[in-house]
Amino acid sequence: MIEHDAKDRNTPQSSVMELEEPVTTFKSWERFKRNRLALLSFWLLLGLLLMVALWPFALKVASWTGRDGAAFAMRHNPDQLSDEQFQPPNASHWFGTDVHGRDLFSRVLYGARISLLAGIVGTGVSLLIGVLWGAVAGYAGGRIDAIMMRFVDVLYSLPSIVFVIVLVTTLEGIVKNWLAALPGSWVGISRFLFLLAGLGAVSWLTMARIVRGQVLTLRHRAFVEASRVLGAGPGHILARHIIPHTFGIVIIYLTMTVPAIMLYESFLSYLGLGIQPPMASWGSLIAEGTDQINPIRIYWWLIVFPGGFLISTLLALNFIGDGLRDVWGSGGREGHV
Amino acid sequence: MYFFKRLILAVPLLLVISFLAFALVHLAPGGPFDRERKPASPEIERALKAKYHLDEPLFTQYLRYLGLLWEKDVRGHWHHAPAGFDISLRYRNHSVTDIIAQSLPVSMLLGALVFGFAMGVGLPAGFLAAARRGHWQDYAVSFVSILAVCVPGFVIAPLLIMFFAIQWRLLPVALWSSPLHAILPTIALGLFFSGRIARLLREGMLNIMSAPFITTARAKGLGETAILLKHGFRLAVLPVVSYSGPLLADLLTGSFVIESIFQIPGIGLHLVNSSLNADYTLVVGLALIYAVLLILLNLLVDLAYVLLDRRVQYD
Repeated sequence: MIEHDAKDRNTPQSSVMELEEPVTTFKSWERFKRNRLALLSFWLLLGLLLMVALWPFALKVASWTGRDGAAFAMRHNPDQLSDEQFQPPNASHWFGTDVHGRDLFSRVLYGARISLLAGIVGTGVSLLIGVLWGAVAGYAGGRIDAIMMRFVDVLYSLPSIVFVIVLVTTLEGIVKNWLAALPGSWVGISRFLFLLAGLGAVSWLTMARIVRGQVLTLRHRAFVEASRVLGAGPGHILARHIIPHTFGIVIIYLTMTVPAIMLYESFLSYLGLGIQPPMASWGSLIAEGTDQINPIRIYWWLIVFPGGFLISTLLALNFIGDGLRDVWGSGGREGHV
Repeated sequence: MYFFKRLILAVPLLLVISFLAFALVHLAPGGPFDRERKPASPEIERALKAKYHLDEPLFTQYLRYLGLLWEKDVRGHWHHAPAGFDISLRYRNHSVTDIIAQSLPVSMLLGALVFGFAMGVGLPAGFLAAARRGHWQDYAVSFVSILAVCVPGFVIAPLLIMFFAIQWRLLPVALWSSPLHAILPTIALGLFFSGRIARLLREGMLNIMSAPFITTARAKGLGETAILLKHGFRLAVLPVVSYSGPLLADLLTGSFVIESIFQIPGIGLHLVNSSLNADYTLVVGLALIYAVLLILLNLLVDLAYVLLDRRVQYD
């Protein structure tokens, strides 16, 4: 089962990497800036975020500015059905319209919120579980370590899609009764939250392995021993000495996790497991476009625009990841693009 | 000896995985009979559950699945219960074995093609980039490979269909009946992995090329190509080898997206649909196949390591 697994099997080669001397925030930024492509990607991504955040306000403001403005806002309302189905990109619908005559530009921007949010929150969940799991296993060592890591092995050998589907449907079953009392829009949102939980739940495995490897090398370092001699408990040592020292490699791996999770979200939404219509994400928009393939007409814009946004975001994230690797550790990577 | 031990250890792992898969699908609400054409009356549903032993406790069901259950019959005699659960609970006139036997070869063929494509494109590209490091070839390959890693199959597949199949009518749109039908799915699925492999190989080569033994080889006057091929590649390909184990396991068990877009009757469709339908027996069967493949291929990867890098030794 391949679907650009969020549990990215390809652990970086140097999973235990020595960090260079600690760098200040200012120095990091200076170093990051040296990688032009990474810098450009950073600004592009920021621009996208701004656009996504401001577009709804722009529509709102437009609706107050007389009749033309109101018509503009109406035309670009992502949920507004109209008779103008399958319009190719033109002056009034910049990205064209979909099967229900909805403006694709707005739908792509509204979908961006879901896709980006999924990437961020899913990564956060995987970060939290992965770092804690790996740190505890690595620090505890012995039997606890063995059991915890065998558990990771078992989850690795289970097709992740089965796990996600079961998790999402189970969570849904549990809270179904509460949901009945809530208004309809909440159902879509809760579905989205389950999706995030599922994404996080399958994507922490590699993180746990990496962190554990790092902790194993840290655990007998002098400063940790010193802290132990002074009577610090394991909780304190983990929180104050060990986990902060894994941050470098964790951040580097995070830049690989965010794109992987965004891909996985698109895939799940594509399956219809994620976002429920009329809400959209880039994945579900692409799925809608794929449904409209027919031998007579080609609606390329339904795929190209959401797909283009998805691809550019992933590219930008990858370049930023490369830039961060330059900042926080060579990781044996010298000749970057 | 080491590998023999690994094989033995795989057995308990498989047991755990099968039980986990078994328990997971049971955990989810809803059962295999929820989506019948007509909603079944409670009596019928109860009868169905009894017929397929779904009313038994979970662990009993699991033992029955393994064929390790002894039952007391009406006369009070203990006898061995035949292994059950080979029937797909959703498509009840098909056995799980049949479904897998029909769809697995299709997915495996596609998976092998994709693997060949990804290696065939990715390895030379990565090698070229590393050999011409800092030249335009390097930049071109690096850019294309990072782009490939960012283009998901479900974006490229519909575009390929729209242009190559519908607009220009060069290749068939979908289905799985002739070699021509395999071209578009192979490309759509393989592009991502070829980019991945090119990146891995390039990075591996660059790491190796700064090692002392390469300097030694240069010092004794060996040509650059010979160094790259004989000394560099052999070790630099190791990350690719370890990546290809799980990759091949994933590829051979099919891709839902590509199979559904191209209407290929493979196993990826069953994997998703069976979990959605709570078709317990099929889910467990498929999960087991995946796990067996993964374990075997990881074992092969470790074997390949020993052959490629003599420094690696297992006790």
